[in-house]
Formats: sequence, structure tokens, C-alpha cells
Amino acid sequence: MKILVAVKRVVDYAVKIRVKPDKSGVETSNVKMSMNPFCEIALEEALRIKESGRAKEVVAVSIGPAQCTDTLRTGLAMGADRAIHVEYPGTLYPLSVAKIFKALVDAERPALLLLGKQAIDDDCTQTGQMIAGLLKWPQATFASKVVLDEGNKVATVDREVDGGLETLSLDLPAVITTDLRLNQPRYATLPNIMKAKSKVIKKLTPQDLNVEIRSDLEVVQVTEPPQRQAGVILSSVDQLIDRLKNEARVI
Amino acid sequence: MKYLTAASRLLRHSSRNLSDLGSNLQFFCSIRPSSSCTSASNSISAHIDAIARLSYPSLRSYERFIQDDCFHRKFTLKNICFGGSGVGILHSLARFQSDGIRTHHRNLASTASIPERNKSFATINSDDISYFNKVLGGRGVVQDEEKLDDANTDWMRKYKGSSKLMLQPRTTQEVSQILDYCNSRCLAVVPQGGNTSLVGGSIPVYDEVIINVGSMNNILSFDKVSGILVCEAGCILENLMSFLDNEGYIMPLDLGAKGSCQIGGNISTNAGGLRLLRYGSLHGSVLGLEVVLANGTVLDMLGTLRKDNTGYDLKHLFIGSEGSLGIVTKVSILTPPKLPSVNLAFLACEDYLSCQKILVEAKTKLGEILSAFEFLDINAMDLVLKQLDGLRDPLPSSKHNFYVLIETTGSMESHDKEKLEAFLAQAIESGLLTDGVVAQDINQASSFWRIREGVPEALLKEGAVYKYDLSLPPEKIYDLVEEMRQRLGTAANVVAYGHLGDGNLHLNISTPQYDDNILAKIEPFVYEWTSKQRGSISAEHGIGLMKANKLHYSNSAETVQVMAAIKKVLDPSGILNPYKVLPTSVLSQS
Repeated sequence: MKILVAVKRVVDYAVKIRVKPDKSGVETSNVKMSMNPFCEIALEEALRIKESGRAKEVVAVSIGPAQCTDTLRTGLAMGADRAIHVEYPGTLYPLSVAKIFKALVDAERPALLLLGKQAIDDDCTQTGQMIAGLLKWPQATFASKVVLDEGNKVATVDREVDGGLETLSLDLPAVITTDLRLNQPRYATLPNIMKAKSKVIKKLTPQDLNVEIRSDLEVVQVTEPPQRQAGVILSSVDQLIDRLKNEARVI
Repeated sequence: MKYLTAASRLLRHSSRNLSDLGSNLQFFCSIRPSSSCTSASNSISAHIDAIARLSYPSLRSYERFIQDDCFHRKFTLKNICFGGSGVGILHSLARFQSDGIRTHHRNLASTASIPERNKSFATINSDDISYFNKVLGGRGVVQDEEKLDDANTDWMRKYKGSSKLMLQPRTTQEVSQILDYCNSRCLAVVPQGGNTSLVGGSIPVYDEVIINVGSMNNILSFDKVSGILVCEAGCILENLMSFLDNEGYIMPLDLGAKGSCQIGGNISTNAGGLRLLRYGSLHGSVLGLEVVLANGTVLDMLGTLRKDNTGYDLKHLFIGSEGSLGIVTKVSILTPPKLPSVNLAFLACEDYLSCQKILVEAKTKLGEILSAFEFLDINAMDLVLKQLDGLRDPLPSSKHNFYVLIETTGSMESHDKEKLEAFLAQAIESGLLTDGVVAQDINQASSFWRIREGVPEALLKEGAVYKYDLSLPPEKIYDLVEEMRQRLGTAANVVAYGHLGDGNLHLNISTPQYDDNILAKIEPFVYEWTSKQRGSISAEHGIGLMKANKLHYSNSAETVQVMAAIKKVLDPSGILNPYKVLPTSVLSQS
């Protein structure tokens, strides 16, 4: 069985974000970029499934600018067998990503597609669901436990929903998006990092896949939320009433 | 202690609060027992281990919660010293100065011999108070019991003075007037900043007047081209770091106490820290100081020049003199630019010789990008994994005798990664390394650092600990550890870790409880051993009160005599931070 895992290159989770002075977006130059944490969890799950003998191959896929190869190398260093990089330098929205994945899935024919539940830069939480819709595959999102029965081609997934946990049974092939408590991703060990250098990263473009990237969305402005005003310590009740009446105008 | 792992933080503050990430930064001082070795005492000195991590203030953003099932026995025996040898046993709950985090403290028993109160010092009277009120304009004269209680107690809650007065000047002029007056009245004073000293250097021993410079906390100027920062001595280190972060620079030092410690105190102690390997000591980064002497004379040496060979460079006297020669009021410091590319590798070696060889290799192969080199041995590793929650072994496949942490900082990610990977590949091939992992993102990096930084805390949880902070020739560092193991046998767990890159060993001996027999086997053997190697009995924490009569282990008699002579010149009445740094016996001779 082949598993395809989507990984996204995003601003590192621990970095303090700054908005660009022209308000067109978040500052990403000279800022540390890493693999999206939820994608790491998805890749870890794929590797565990492979190690338990239920899958033969794990393929990491990333869509974006040239530097995505760094992220894919991390994925290979964790243990993926090979990687695919669909190069596209511009901004990508979930629907475009979903269309590209549909084309890839049609070509690669995996039995399972794993993604992170959302990316920490745009928080869309849409890509996995859209891919499942386009492929007409069953989907289980926010997975906190995945049990695979590859003989019967069924996946039993526990989902984290608002009310608690929901257990679904999916026929494979299926799309699963991973949530935080699914697993703890492994570290990239030195021997694996060295091995990753010789693993293959196949390069494609959206044109190769006959996908036209069209943006239906336009980012108008990105701003920081308003700064919290410091509290003021007043010295008397009279002053408080005066302020409430004349400044805050609530009484 | 329970830690919220990075993963649970992701869950709680999920990426929905992208813009809020900044507001989740939590800075805290953690108590890190370390070593300042004590006189014939078996007291725990938890201290902020001078392990810092580079830039990325968000590395600090994990919350720690202390379980309230801590056990502590509270009893205090006041230190009464009129006869030359006092017995001080102090014990209470430690209170952190930030975030209301508390930790439990073990029963401390310390038999420290503290000199008796110098009879030539006057005691405060009401005239003095009115004078100070006049000078400080009615505010900044603290006689309130509770506030004094804090100021009288050191950060480790090991020592407690009995000062009745704390002054909080706002300008150099006020400091000068205060000192002039105290000198003429022969009132002893203690300069105080963040009060995070680990050797009892920042609290009064008796009733010395506390001069707390914390209100002098303005940043005076910052030159964006040269990176030279001029600020007042009461600026908290972390605030300076945040300020510089916005400008694209970093402080040349970083320590665990940064949320509370002030730059004046850092300089007076010549604080070390992680960045020493990369940016050198404060003797190099400090370009100028403004200092007030014991008689109120203001020495303006606040230059901002990289090079100035005009006469004797006096500022170096004040860097590291722990407030005994003058009070630092303003600082001018050179700050390095903040570099974006940070890599961290957690490596395993078979034996100590390999650790040393790796250090040499790292220095030559990684060269200018090397920014930290730390080590811990297998006992330290086991202890950390056993006592702290939320940590996992980065190399679980097998047990290794030594672990080394190597950090690089540079301006180009691709270049640094290439260098690091080439270095690591060669190290593995030549057998210097048996295994290793490289952090793939900042969260992984901070979990590796937590392992290294968690050792002191783990030691504290394990039981009683005897701590020593020593500078030794790198090739000898582990010899001492092995000798201690032989001496103590199964009676104690000898744990070693430290700044291998700086030749700084943190030797910790962990036992279920304090035992004078064990202490007798440790001291003075450790000091004598260190002395024989011409090492230092206090690598980074200073002398303070704790080691004031141990100076001879690392300095010749003639050297100490000259120190005393200098003290006599700059502070003839001896009012500045008495009973500290220099042994009283030497001072009374001169």
C-alpha cells in the first residue's frame, strides 16, 4: 500500500510574527521556516503504519517555491521513501492545492492520503476536505487515532470533535487529516539525514499536472490586532465615575 | 514540575491565535541549583545556570506549573554571630520573582562561618533617615518590614540579612549624595540590583543599608549602526533583550535569571552564560561604565569607543568586583546583530576523550558559526529523564556515556546547514560520534535545551545536592569527576555537566540526604584538586559571601594582598558590600 503525505513549509511555530509595513502580509523573509507541525504528525503516522508492515511506501509531497525542498529533505530524513515537489512560486489557496493533489493522486494511486488538519500560517482547515470532495473519497478529519485494517481495506479513525470523540469507519482509499494528539513526531537522526541526501525528489509544475492556478481570493490587508491598552489605576470612586461618564460614556 | 510540552501548547493556543503568539511569551526565572561551592557547608545553592539559548525569545514560552505536593519543612534558626563562627540555618519556600511560580525547597543545613559585624560601622539613626528623605525627595526611602524582608533575603533563600533601610535612588547624583553621606558616617552599604546572586553577594549580612538601583532603568541611547547600547544599571536584562530584538540586535549574554537580573549586577559579577563561547566575556563587550565610588565621587568612564588606549583601563576593575569597589550606575555595551539561522544538534559520544576531540573539530570545522558547546554525562541524562515530565530521550535506541549539545548561529541557513551536516558526517565516519539528532524546528531545539537546562532542577528533586562550579583545563575536567566517583563509591551519585566549550564544569553530588561524612569526603578535596590544576573554584558565579574565605584556592597570597590594597584605595572605610569577596583576615591586615 502506498501512502501520500502532504507537507507544507510554513513560518516556524515558535517565531514571533511581524506584519509587513505595507500591510500586505506577514514578514517571511529572513524568518525561520519549518514543516507545519500538523504535517509532521501526519508524516509520523504514515511512517508508523509503514513500520508496522501495513504500507510499502511513504511519499512526501510539497507544493510551493524552491525552498520547499528543505522541508521535503526533513521529511526524507524522518523516513519517507521519496518526495515530490510541485514548484509554484506564488500564493496558493486550498482549492488550488486540492486540485493539484487530485491530479497527483490520479497519477500515484495511493491507498491513503494523510494531511495535517490545518496549516499554522493560514489556518484554513480546508485542504483535506476539499481533496476528499474532488476525489469523492471518504474523509476523517481531526484524527486522534488511526487503526488500519489493510486486509479489509478499512480505516477506523477517532476524531476529535467539539462534543468529544467520534469514531468513524472508512473504506480505503481515504483522506485523513491529523490532529495534535495523534502521535509525537520522531527526531531526524544523523544516519537518516545522511541517507536522505540520496533519496529522490521529483520535480513537477502545475502545468505538468494540467492544473490551472486561479485565485478566487484576494488579500486586501493584513494588520495586527489593536494593542491592548494598559489598565489605569484610579485613586478614587469619584474619579472612576467621572471617567465612566465622560470618557467611556457608559453611564 | 509539570511542563506543558510544545505540543499541548499547539493545541491550546492553536494557530488561530497567530497574532497572539507574541502575547504568550512567558519569561520566568527558574531556579537552577548550581554550583557555587560553599564553604564547609552543605547548602543547596540553586542558581540560575548560565545556560542561555540564542535569540528567539519565544523559546522561553513554555509554561511550568509546580505541583503543590512539594514538601518543605519550615524552620528558621536565626544566624547569631557574635563570636566569630556563626551557624546559619535558613529554610523556607523559595519565591520566584516572576509569574508567581514557586518551587519547593529542601531542608537546607549550612554551617557557614560568617565574620562578625565590623564594629567600626555606624548604625542608622533618625537624622540619617531625614537626610535620605531630603536627598531622594521623599520617595525611595523604604523602611517597610515586608519590602525589606524581600530585599534582605537572597534569591535562594539561603541567607538573610537584617537591614532596616533600603534606598531607591533614581539618578547618579542621588547615588553619589547617598554614598558621600554614608562614607562620612561610616554606614555600610550593599549595592543591589535584581538580587539574583547565587553566592549571597547582593544581600546585607547585618544591617547594611541596601542601595537598590532598580529604579534607574532607562535606556539612554542605541546606535543602530554600531550596535552600541547605553543604558542605566537598573535595566532588567530581558527588557534590554526585547528592546534590542526590535532593532535586530541581541545582548552578548544570556542567562536563566534574565527576567529579574539587572545589567549593573551582571556586570558587577562578570556574568558568563552561554554566549561566552561566541561573544566573549563582559570584559570584552562592555565599552564604558559610569561608577560611583565609596566617597561619592562619580567616575565617568562611559565611553562608546571600541579602542581607547589612554592610561589604565579602570572599568575592568569594576567588572566582576561584585559591588565592593564602586556602584555601577550606567553601562555602555556593544551588542551583536541578531542572526536568523540557528541550528542545534544533540550528539552522543562513547568517552570523554571523544567529547574533547569533537570540541576541537567543531571549532575548526564550524568555525565562526559555532555558538554553544555543552555536555552532560549519562548520570545527568538519566536523572533528567527520570525526574522531569514531558521530556524524551532524543537518542532512545541505546545508552550513551556522554551527550554533547552543539549550536550554530549564522546569517545564511543553507550555508550553515551544509557546514553542520558536513561536520557531523565526518564526525560519525571517524568514530567520534556514535549517534545524534539535528533539530528540525525551534520546538525540537527547545526540547533539546530543556534536557540540558533541566539537570539542576532534576538534581533538586532527587534529594540533597552538593554543587560545585569549577573552571578546569578541558582535558582534566572529567578526571575530577571520576576521582569523586571513586572517593564516594555507592554513597552518592556524581553528576557532571557544563559549558565544555568554556572549560566550565558543574560538578554535582547527589545524595538522598545531607550527610557530613559525605561532605568531609568532598571538601576540601574538590578545592584542593582544583587549586592544583590552577583552576577556579568559582567559574561564573563569583565569590560573594559564600566563598569569601576560599579565595586562596585560586589566587596567590600576593595577588590577594594587591586586591586588598586596591580595595583600601577605593574604599578606605570599607563600606561597600562588606564581608564579601575578600577574606576579612586579609582586609584587616592592610
